[in-house]
Amino acid sequence: MRPSRTIDISTGLFVLLGFAAILFLVTQITNREFTLKSTSYRLRADFENIGGLKAGAPVSMAGVTIGRVEDIQYDQKLYKAVVTLRVDGRYDEIPNDSDASILTSGLLGGQYIGLSPGGSEEFFKDGDQVTFVQDAVVLENLISKYLFNTATKQPDAPAPDAAPATQE
Amino acid sequence: MPSLIRELGVAASNFFERAGRITRFGLQLVALTPTSLLRVRPVIEQVYNTGALSLVIIMTCGLFVGMVLGLQGYEMLNRVGSEEYLGTAAALSLLKELGPVVTALLFAGRAGTALAAEIGLMRATDQIAAMEIMAVDPMRRVVVPRFLGGVIAMPLLTATFIAIGMFGAQLIGVQFFGIDQGSFWSQIRGTVELDDVAEGLIKGAAFGVACSLIAVYEGYNAVPTAEGVGRATTRTVVVSAVVTLVLDYLLTALML
Repeated sequence: MRPSRTIDISTGLFVLLGFAAILFLVTQITNREFTLKSTSYRLRADFENIGGLKAGAPVSMAGVTIGRVEDIQYDQKLYKAVVTLRVDGRYDEIPNDSDASILTSGLLGGQYIGLSPGGSEEFFKDGDQVTFVQDAVVLENLISKYLFNTATKQPDAPAPDAAPATQE
Repeated sequence: MPSLIRELGVAASNFFERAGRITRFGLQLVALTPTSLLRVRPVIEQVYNTGALSLVIIMTCGLFVGMVLGLQGYEMLNRVGSEEYLGTAAALSLLKELGPVVTALLFAGRAGTALAAEIGLMRATDQIAAMEIMAVDPMRRVVVPRFLGGVIAMPLLTATFIAIGMFGAQLIGVQFFGIDQGSFWSQIRGTVELDDVAEGLIKGAAFGVACSLIAVYEGYNAVPTAEGVGRATTRTVVVSAVVTLVLDYLLTALML
């Protein structure tokens, strides 16, 4: 009987360890948060351009993650990206005129949605739409805009002054 | 020249014959699995044999693989000036490749050989024939529990290996090279998806099925001599290693 018991116990420990390892990998290494009480609500935001935003990206207010991007679809009628946000139920007093903008964390980091509070007395409810949105900044557009601006400015600037200055 | 071509033909037909036999053997095992699960005791004993007893070697190797990833990864990333990505690099390489593959190779070496030698020796000492005489199905009594034990143990061993490996990488990256603990883990959490963990575990499970199947097949079909058992053991390791790596490529290509 003895050896069989030690076998049972060590097998049980091994299986527990294995599952503990799986649990560790799932909860600690991925960005999924498994909250037991899943009181959360959805918001919808339509963007002209979402850049590199992906489902699962954080939704943050003042830098604190309060939710995740649940789903991203393209609406053929509006020609817009429809982004579904899932916000943690704890944060249920967000003014309903808050605006959502797509921001980039760090220089090469991933993109996320930043909510900045508005001044309304009423709060977001499940299924609400975020009306004030700001699209992702596409680097290429920014560069071309900058180049375009400097190109158009050139003739306006006092040309005689500018030309010698660059030659010096 | 014609004899060369003929040998090639013989080799090819032998290869396909063996592949067919192993597949048929595997299907037989799967067909017998439900009835074998009614008697869990032999299966638990085999989970102990293949899993719990392999734990020490898996954990030791996992720790060192993780630590070497930490050293090498830091060295490489330091050249491009982005050491803070060490955690992500280590986590992804452990989850997607090193974890399942190294675990499978160790499993074939530690547990696969034991299975093959045990069954082969049973064959050589006529224990299997004795069972058949007593109308005990050796497939059901001996082979299937060992196969199932390996199949159950492998994913758990893989997960343990990866978790310990992450600890090793963390040890080197954070404690030794002084990467910030918080940024190390948050980088990992920001990039690693649930799919990556699933990929690792799926690979682990697939390698577990392949390696266990090869081990019990080689053991069961061993030539009943001392030499035959030795050859079966060797072949278990060689075939397991090759199949693991080929399967790894196929699974990666499939899941990418």
